[in-house]
Amino acid sequence: MNIEALLLSIRLALCVSAILFVVGVPLAYWLAYSRWRWRFLLEAVVALPLVVPPTVLGFYMLLAMGPRGPLGKLWHAAFGHGLAFTFAGLVIASVLYSFPFAVQPLIASFETVDRKLLDASAVLGAGRMRTFRRVILPLSVPGIITALVLSFAHTLGEFGVVLMVGGNLAGVTRTVSIDIYDRVQSLDYASASRTALVLLVISFAVLSAVYGINRRAGRRQWLPWAAK
Amino acid sequence: MKPSLRCLMLLSCLLAFRTATAQEIRVAAAADLKFALDELDIQFEKQTGKKIDISYGSSGNFFAQIENGAPFDVLLSADIEYPRKLESAGLAEPGTFCEYAVGRIVIWMPGDARPDLARLGWKALLEPSVERIAIANPEHAPYGRAAVTALRGAGIYEQVRAKLVYGENIAQAAQFVASGNAQAGILALSLAASPPMRNGKRWQIPANMHAPIEQGAVILKSAKDKEGARAFLAFLKSDTGRVILESYGFTLPASRRASAPSQ
Repeated sequence: MNIEALLLSIRLALCVSAILFVVGVPLAYWLAYSRWRWRFLLEAVVALPLVVPPTVLGFYMLLAMGPRGPLGKLWHAAFGHGLAFTFAGLVIASVLYSFPFAVQPLIASFETVDRKLLDASAVLGAGRMRTFRRVILPLSVPGIITALVLSFAHTLGEFGVVLMVGGNLAGVTRTVSIDIYDRVQSLDYASASRTALVLLVISFAVLSAVYGINRRAGRRQWLPWAAK
Repeated sequence: MKPSLRCLMLLSCLLAFRTATAQEIRVAAAADLKFALDELDIQFEKQTGKKIDISYGSSGNFFAQIENGAPFDVLLSADIEYPRKLESAGLAEPGTFCEYAVGRIVIWMPGDARPDLARLGWKALLEPSVERIAIANPEHAPYGRAAVTALRGAGIYEQVRAKLVYGENIAQAAQFVASGNAQAGILALSLAASPPMRNGKRWQIPANMHAPIEQGAVILKSAKDKEGARAFLAFLKSDTGRVILESYGFTLPASRRASAPSQ
């Protein structure tokens, strides 16, 4: 079993969940409460990575990160080297890939907060920021946990995007799913199975944790495979 | 009628249509054959009226799929080990295993790259403007293995090691260079000679710097159209087939070079 690849995947998933939390919360807040008439279009954009094939997304990320792509140009100007085949490149690609898994549970959870509580908070003199901090956030804890855990789990199991932009560098971009794929390619099924089993156990533990927490919170949260 | 039901019916109609016309010879082929095989396909169809249906992919995946009953007639592999393993596993039609060509590798750079590849050869890879060098994964791709052996032979492996990035197969390594994310690649000549990459710079790596990249073929025991498959393999080894393969940079295997008519 390749511990290095497993640790790399966990590190990647942690980075991606953290970034998605920071980016996702304000965006989800805006999407949940905005009255903009074209809001649905933005919601559709957020959901796109759910349906775009990962290798397709990965290929266009590779082009975007290249010397002629916008991301690649920007990165090169700032850091003097390309973005593809780096850990930072993987993080950016994965953030895009796991975007809906963070933002959709957040929107669902913000939307279910009782409007009366928000009105009461406003009447009592709290500004929007304060209402968000003191009312919406505490009531959305299960949704936030769901968002964090789903982006973590989704990134952990990511394959297509990493394959396209990673370049399979040990300790940098060789994630656990790539490692399993390589083992299979080398017909080393035993080693592939061992790593896959560890990945399965971790994923199961993480998902049971989120379902358990949500059950205790007494509310069913949005999960992509439960959505109609 | 429910939409899902209608969808299902439509699908089953399509499937029925597929099986009714499925007289094509189903070929599982390695990524390095992409362009050469497309041309072979056209010529084969002209000569015999038979169609071939080609799936490109990695030989390792094909091996696992064939072991589990994938409906292919022929496997064309960039690594002769896979057809050999199929034969020893009893999954191949006895006596059909053959080596039909040998692959070559080249250093490839985009046409507008700065280093003078023709003059520098190996040394072009040491240029500071070359930050990344794409090769196929040497762990399981024969072109990747050959690239590493040749780099070692040239005595620059340790120097370029940190620049190497690995494509899942040789076509992906080509994609890394073609997209500009890597500045050079060690690629199959068959890809470097293909229309999309023809305009790049290339420098052929001497064949004696790595073990021959033997391309192996085998007909599967489970093949539905064994006669068609045999006809296709014969065509691959015919003069027409040989000329097309050679135009894409494949050479004849040593075992057949003596018997082949000279041009």
